[in-house]
Amino acid sequence: MVANDHVDFDLREGEIHGLLGENGAGKTTLMKILYGLYQPDEGYILLRGKRFTSNSPKEAIRNGIGFVQQHFSLVPSFDAVENVMIGLKSAGLFSQNVEEVRSKIAELSEKYGLKVDSQTKIWQLSVGEQQRVEIIKALCMGTRALILDEPTSVLTPQETVKLFETLRLMVKQGFSIVFITHKLEEVMSVADRITVLRAGKVVFTCNKDETNKAELARMMVGREVIFRPEREELGKGKVILEVKDLHALNDKGLEALRGVSLYVRQGEILGIAGVAGNGQSELAEVITGLRKASGGKVFLKGQDITGCSPRERIDLGLAHIPEDRVNIGLVTSMSVLENLILKNYRSSDFNRGLFIDRQAVEHFCDRLISSFNIMTPARDTPVKLLSGGNQQRLLLAREISASPEVLVAVHPTSGLDVGATEYIQRMLLEQRRRGVAILLISEDLDEIMALSDRIAVMYQGKIVGTVEAKAAQREEVGLMMAGGK
Amino acid sequence: MQRLRLRLVERPSPSLYLKLLISASSVLLALLLGAVFLVTSGVNPLMAYGKLFLGAFGSRFGLIETVVKATPLMLAGLGVALAFRCSFFNIGAEGQLYMGAFAATWAAYAFSELDAAFLLPFMLLLGFLGGGFWGMIPGVLKVKLRVNEIITTLMMNYIAILWVTHMLVGPWMYEGFPWSPIITEAARLPNLAGSRLHVGIFFALIAAVLIYLMLMKTRLGYEIRVVGANIKAARYAGISIFKTIIPAVIISGGLAGIAGMVQVSAIHYRIMPGLSPGYGYTAVVVALLGKLHPIGVIASSIFFGGLLVGADMMQRAVGIPVALVNIIESLVLLLIVAGEFLIRYRVSFERGG
Repeated sequence: MVANDHVDFDLREGEIHGLLGENGAGKTTLMKILYGLYQPDEGYILLRGKRFTSNSPKEAIRNGIGFVQQHFSLVPSFDAVENVMIGLKSAGLFSQNVEEVRSKIAELSEKYGLKVDSQTKIWQLSVGEQQRVEIIKALCMGTRALILDEPTSVLTPQETVKLFETLRLMVKQGFSIVFITHKLEEVMSVADRITVLRAGKVVFTCNKDETNKAELARMMVGREVIFRPEREELGKGKVILEVKDLHALNDKGLEALRGVSLYVRQGEILGIAGVAGNGQSELAEVITGLRKASGGKVFLKGQDITGCSPRERIDLGLAHIPEDRVNIGLVTSMSVLENLILKNYRSSDFNRGLFIDRQAVEHFCDRLISSFNIMTPARDTPVKLLSGGNQQRLLLAREISASPEVLVAVHPTSGLDVGATEYIQRMLLEQRRRGVAILLISEDLDEIMALSDRIAVMYQGKIVGTVEAKAAQREEVGLMMAGGK
Repeated sequence: MQRLRLRLVERPSPSLYLKLLISASSVLLALLLGAVFLVTSGVNPLMAYGKLFLGAFGSRFGLIETVVKATPLMLAGLGVALAFRCSFFNIGAEGQLYMGAFAATWAAYAFSELDAAFLLPFMLLLGFLGGGFWGMIPGVLKVKLRVNEIITTLMMNYIAILWVTHMLVGPWMYEGFPWSPIITEAARLPNLAGSRLHVGIFFALIAAVLIYLMLMKTRLGYEIRVVGANIKAARYAGISIFKTIIPAVIISGGLAGIAGMVQVSAIHYRIMPGLSPGYGYTAVVVALLGKLHPIGVIASSIFFGGLLVGADMMQRAVGIPVALVNIIESLVLLLIVAGEFLIRYRVSFERGG
């Protein structure tokens, strides 16, 4: 697939250049080429007017290009100083003067408002802090042009504001910054110039002052976008899903849930907001039976299901859109058909004795493929050949076709383009109208605000507050996400 | 300076043709590398391989022997393939084979007064259960206690072999030799065409068809494939890992057990130390070369059966030790594993500055 199609992109000294585009538009690919991780098939790069071939990150770093990727490249068991030292060219962990590096970190941290604790191991730091360590590391390596890939996706609104202040300070010192995002508000608030990528092509470049959000959105998607999904008011139903004082451990054996209580009514969407890693994933897993609760209870339709297997919960009407659709929700090496029956292959409609009734299954699949508009060459196509949006449609089709009473949806639109996002959100609202109780966990605060009836905020394994979505203020929710209330 | 860069692109869905091509080239390359050993022994490899091929497939006798050797390989290979399909790496077919042989032999002694029509099915059943039981133990250990099955299945080979040895130097010792008494006529599988060929090959072929149907058409087969492809998704979908892996390993071990029963009931008429010259280990290579597909296992077991027979002939004709077969077998295994990489990725070279 062509990820970048004859892209022209320029970065000036002392500017923040927002690189805007939907997921899959080719933003990250473009920056990976600059950083020497990928090689272009055609075209070239000029650095300060000179032809520059970037064969490896090493070369890019030597030429002052730094890249903070979405997944950090820090050693979790090292502290900040040690991590910076690995990156330094003179290398050799023993030859470096540790104190020199430490004071350098302190100086940079002071200068640009990058608060870090240089003595704590990386894995004990918050994600925001880790990101600051990444930036400092890049600066220590002599970066002049810094690329940040979706830096705000792991930050609270407050941390985002802080980051933007840091970036402004850096630009004043003559740094250049490429800021990759798909969030319009962010480019509008921090960028000097903006380039929009769509399907691998540059569709638009201009100064921030010459454009507006609506225009950028149109450029990004290629058509007008409705920002707020239609959401009608429904009467209050009875409580279907209830969680009482839930405790659970995470994979490392640390307490991830520390007494979570919540309920979801029929025809209601309860949004769970929170910065990633505050127990949301574990909450979903405990409710769906994939993780054991170490304390507390889960009730479905008034029945205690705390000890039930995933199968029993599915049979009681619990559907689940998991966080990691590729590794948990789907068997990507198997066909569309085999994935559509993943949960109901035992149903009596599909079975004749020990055998699966292929005809009945095909009939069922064709119905879902057409009613959910799943774009697939054939029902026997392996799911890994489908686009992310179609994979999610497939998953949603399967979960909804079981007519669930409770739906746990975790990051249902993450990684999807605007069109697919809109579709998935519409489907969620339709399920709400049908009377399904929906627990929506998302890192996208806008999504939570737009879809939910009530919003509960998770912080360090607890619900720190619940607000009516209608009355909710972004800042208020953001403050709770940071634990500040 | 211009230099070549290696570029890897993942293939989303490798074609059947490609898989066949890689399997065939693995075999060819293994023979080519094996030729190096022949040359260092001062033998013309072309002549040696010619003898090998003719020995295995060039005469009625050779063909029959090839099928006789392919029979236990096919049965055990199908078992290994089935276990691998649900990501249970059963390399304990050798032990399962011996336990199946042990159980079947016991039945032959304990019910020696029965007619063949009752005794043979009973021995078949016990052969299956003996091997199946031996496969089930590591299965339970893996699912319930997360014990690595590669280690347990391998270790249990030794227990099984030593258990049989114990029986042969103890209770079942016969006329001072470490082998058991001859089984009665009723306990012997019928031979075909007045030769060593026996009905065991039909057991193997029927097993291949049944395994294919089971994997592709039944509920259990579907569950096995889901668990094998993505165990997290299986858990998420409410598939019981226990109820999937345990039947799979019982059938897997059971097939190896039937291989053991066949060796006793149709070839040796007793249980003895050399009952299997490593069929259970070769079965792993058979399963992998057959790409874990029943049809593929049929083909690859005949290939390895032929290799065993042909090497015997070659040894007699040109004096090359049979150990060459082990070398070729190991080379095939290595190349098949390496070939998996080429199936997964498209490799190309490009010029970079």
